[in-house]
Amino acid sequence: MSRVVSKYLTLSGLESLVVTPESNFINVGERTNVTGSRKFLRLIKEEKYNEALEVARHQVDGGAQILDVNMDEGMLDGVYAMTTFLNLIASEPDIARIPIMIDSSKWEIIEAGLKVVQGKCVVNSISLKEGEAEFIRQAKLVKRYGAAVIVMAFDEVGQADTYERRIEICERSYNILVNVVKFPAQDIIFDPNIFPVATGMEEHRKNALDFFYATRWIRENLPYANVSGGVSNVSFSFRGNNTVREAMHSSFLFHAIKNGMNLGIVNPTMLEVYDEIDKELLQCVEDVLFDRRDDATERLLDFAETVKGQKKESIEKVLEWRNGTLQDRITYALVKGIDAFIIEDVEEARLASEKPIEVIEGHLMIGMNIVGDLFGSGKMFLPQVVKSARVMKKAVAYLQPFIEAEKDGKQEFSGKILMATVKGDVHDIGKNIVSVVLGCNNYEIVDLGVMVPPEKIVETAIKEKVDIIGLSGLITPSLDEMAYVSKEMQKKNLNIPLIIGGATTSRAHTSVKIAPNYSYTVVHINDASRAVTVVGNLLQKDNKIYKEQIREEYDKFREQFLKRGRNKEYLPIEEARKNKFKIDWNSTEIVEPKQLGIQILEDFDITLLEDYIDWSPFFRSWDLHGKYPQILKDEIVGNQASELFKDAQELLKRIFDEKLLKAKAVFGLFPANTINDDDLELYDKSGNIESTFLTLRQQSRKAEGKPNIGLADFIAPKDSGKQDYIGAFCVSTGFGAAKLAKEFEENHDDYNAIMIKALADRLAEAFAEYLHKEVRTKYWSYASNESLSNEELIKEHYKGIRPAPGYPACPDHLEKKTIWKLLNVKENIGVELTDSLAMWPAASVSGYYFGNPEARYFGLGKITEDQVKDYARRRGISTKEAKKWLNPNIAD
Amino acid sequence: MSRIEQEINKHILVLDGAMGTMLQEYNFTEQDFRGERFKDYPSSLKGNNDLLSITQPQAIADVHRKYFEAGADIVETNTFSGTTIAMADYNMEDLVYELNYESAKIAKQVAEEFTKANPEKPRFVAGSIGPTNKTASLSPDVNKPEYRAITFDELRIAYKQQVEALIDGGVDVLLVETIFDTLNAKAALFAIEEVKEDRQIDMPIMVSGTITDASGRTLSGQTVEAFLTSVSHIPLLSVGFNCALGAEQLKPYLQRLSDKTEFFTSAHPNAGLPNAFGEYDQTPRQMQQFIEDYLQDELVNIIGGCCGTSPAHIKAIAEVAKNYKPRKIVLNV
Repeated sequence: MSRVVSKYLTLSGLESLVVTPESNFINVGERTNVTGSRKFLRLIKEEKYNEALEVARHQVDGGAQILDVNMDEGMLDGVYAMTTFLNLIASEPDIARIPIMIDSSKWEIIEAGLKVVQGKCVVNSISLKEGEAEFIRQAKLVKRYGAAVIVMAFDEVGQADTYERRIEICERSYNILVNVVKFPAQDIIFDPNIFPVATGMEEHRKNALDFFYATRWIRENLPYANVSGGVSNVSFSFRGNNTVREAMHSSFLFHAIKNGMNLGIVNPTMLEVYDEIDKELLQCVEDVLFDRRDDATERLLDFAETVKGQKKESIEKVLEWRNGTLQDRITYALVKGIDAFIIEDVEEARLASEKPIEVIEGHLMIGMNIVGDLFGSGKMFLPQVVKSARVMKKAVAYLQPFIEAEKDGKQEFSGKILMATVKGDVHDIGKNIVSVVLGCNNYEIVDLGVMVPPEKIVETAIKEKVDIIGLSGLITPSLDEMAYVSKEMQKKNLNIPLIIGGATTSRAHTSVKIAPNYSYTVVHINDASRAVTVVGNLLQKDNKIYKEQIREEYDKFREQFLKRGRNKEYLPIEEARKNKFKIDWNSTEIVEPKQLGIQILEDFDITLLEDYIDWSPFFRSWDLHGKYPQILKDEIVGNQASELFKDAQELLKRIFDEKLLKAKAVFGLFPANTINDDDLELYDKSGNIESTFLTLRQQSRKAEGKPNIGLADFIAPKDSGKQDYIGAFCVSTGFGAAKLAKEFEENHDDYNAIMIKALADRLAEAFAEYLHKEVRTKYWSYASNESLSNEELIKEHYKGIRPAPGYPACPDHLEKKTIWKLLNVKENIGVELTDSLAMWPAASVSGYYFGNPEARYFGLGKITEDQVKDYARRRGISTKEAKKWLNPNIAD
Repeated sequence: MSRIEQEINKHILVLDGAMGTMLQEYNFTEQDFRGERFKDYPSSLKGNNDLLSITQPQAIADVHRKYFEAGADIVETNTFSGTTIAMADYNMEDLVYELNYESAKIAKQVAEEFTKANPEKPRFVAGSIGPTNKTASLSPDVNKPEYRAITFDELRIAYKQQVEALIDGGVDVLLVETIFDTLNAKAALFAIEEVKEDRQIDMPIMVSGTITDASGRTLSGQTVEAFLTSVSHIPLLSVGFNCALGAEQLKPYLQRLSDKTEFFTSAHPNAGLPNAFGEYDQTPRQMQQFIEDYLQDELVNIIGGCCGTSPAHIKAIAEVAKNYKPRKIVLNV
């Protein structure tokens, strides 16, 4: 495959501009020129650069493809003004999109401009005015800086004002550039001088015509060279008469383009559509341009008189986006980084809001979140986000006095945030952006800079009493460094949130490698605009829940991540079975239960369960997150938790005193052996098969030496010759709960209606805990000397396990049916299974007992098609039905 | 025509892989980084990989050797951060000339060994010129968008010093790489042109930009085409992309570049995208397949690896590169 690369003038801003024969005409925006715009000059003189940028933006919005910037004014420091303005443009991506034309008659200003523009710009201009040596020197530098160049038809003698002089100077310049300087011919743009016509002076009569001819000559004789010109010059003598001027511009442009002018400086608002020019006016204009009649100038002047004063309607075109809703306008301004209207919009929002802070939390944050989404999906890039932050800052600054007024005039930061790029890393762009975005949102930033050692981070955090630490880094070793900082924070008992950010960081890394090191909140933020929302939530007063949610989310994420493994590789079920959890059946301890068979606890004394209640999940069911009993003293939710606990105790007392709930249990212990790796056979007293449990096996590829566990691994296989045992149970404390709840509801006491259900659930769990203990110490008696506190029970410190169908070790709910049949659950205690195999009453728990000391809880994780098919065969159901029940655990 | 220009017309040249990844395996300690000479240096030096050219020259030479053995035609000098600007982090501005000079010498020596052993396959040294850690067209302070932490002239002077030392040390080609801000690269090119003019020498130049993410732009916001346009004013040996993306993600951008430039093209992508732990786990075989796609489409003239690539990756790349014709360009005049 060969490539054909053509020699066209190619320029660039953030995007490139190729001037091909098909480009028609490249329009150069000319309002950012102090010599041509009095308004722009005033803005620059008064250093109102923000407004000056709006002029530039207006040009780009108006269709300019190159932006001409000129700072040539006696009273201006041209180098300073050029540098400052071009630097500012560089941070405005919607302006910087197009190439810059650095316009000056002073070389030092041109060079200053060339040093700050990353794209390929155009120098406007150089010429032979100061002689060949200077021309060559400048051309060489222009080339070295990587710019194209406009060459004026000007030499040591003066400006070319005839056709002959124009082509003579252009040809000479071209030859020097191409042959001596080796300047790329396609990067040369000639400006053969557009001079005014209809001035009344005889020597000006051919000005337009000579330009047209010279343009044609250049395009035909100087290969690849381009032609440009400042169009408005041509109508100089009709200043004040826009109708005539606009007609002259369009007509001139129309013919200049036909002759080969391919770029030029035109004010698009001073341009009539060629076809819409009044026919009579057009005739007059073209007679002048082409010097068709001796009286052409007089005729045009006469015509001009007739249209003078008919001021063209120049009602400022209302920007379309300004017609949107308030939120749309604010969002648009934030996304586009336009701050021109933000104050008036924010004021409107403030008046419509109860509190000024609501404008920040509502209108502005909605916009910033959209910015965040666009940035996250690669639709906005860095500089734009920074711009959005600036608009945000402006809006916040405006609101600040109002917010302070509400706070009795006290200036208060929303929080203090330490920011640092970690040791060994010097990348701070992202960190700085986050700092600014947060600064805009009224947070005080303590920025420690780059390569910050962990001790300094922790020390400063303590000394400055910061509310949050933010760590950033770009390179991969920074990931380890962040983990190290989190450990240091833990060592020093810090209790403030830690935020992780930077290109190589990830939620996975944060949750797996950082969060476990630090017992307080750790959050990963992947872009700056999200930072505000997260920090806001972290520093809110009642944020216990938010923090707990993050912690849980990350724990879950980590669990899933680790479970999924890095490669998501699965073993065929046969191989997984070969890699089972191996227990040495010759040496392991198997205890024969004291009492085999089924037992029923019919009228159990429910008050015995009080000591076995795990209260933490109770609070969680009320959206109060924290560990019992610490939660009762928690700074934020402590009062609420204590109150709730008091109410719970009251109702619990009623339950106990009035026997409002009934507790029942059925359980059984049976001889059992594993057959065919994954099936558990239970035997009756005579050794007949009573029932078969079907277990599922982990299939994800494990690290070397780690087994693929199935519950069946904890029971001795039949061919080991050892008789092993298994248990099954169902407990319920839900009898009466539904009726009570209904009574409460009828009394409009939703609070106690929820309370009774929550308590019944807790009691059922407590019952399961209690019964398991009884089984371990009495009925099975393999741990008769066990003495564990409730705390230790909750932490599962006991020997053996009681996994429940529908939970991680055995997600198969169908196993409940087997248990129901085995224990006659429904008949014995009245707990039923719904169609979807939920237990009724709801406050019930069922499961198995495994007594082997090596038995442990695990998560099945994902399994693959082959095991599903195998399972369906064993279960005697269709693969389709098996898939229905096991779906959440089937790998994609 | 320089020797490398002769070679590049004949076949696809293979560039080496990551230096940093290889050095990580040495697990150098602070003491190793310091060596005898800097044992009392006041600031921490661990992580200053460029310094290893002075304190652990054997390790650097070994890495070059491994890449040549793997089949690389060109190795890069260990000078990615060899400017006064980047070395300021370690207060080692004064060492810049020596670092570059020694690094170039080490690489050149190894290259000559290999060329001598097999003159049919001449080996080259590319002087690696990194982006520095400052940006000339972005403000580090968003409250002062007009502010710049570094100027064009500061960059130009720093680059000039690096370029002179690299040339004195004997590099065959200069490689301005990992360009995330085109203005920085333009300052480097300006400096190179100055040195070439001062010394009246010719020196092939390779330019390699970095497309940072799926936006398809450089960090400073330029598109592929804008970047190409902004660096094509100097006659280059090659223009291309490296770092940030894996071969697969880089392909569409390389395609666009390759379609539009009259220079030879280069690519040295990362070994895929880093996983959640910042590790690159694309295997040599996987990378080879993506690179073979480049070769089938005739996208490149120079091909190598960046972050996470090892001699095994380069070997795999070299194996396929020899089976394909280099990319050809026709200038439409």
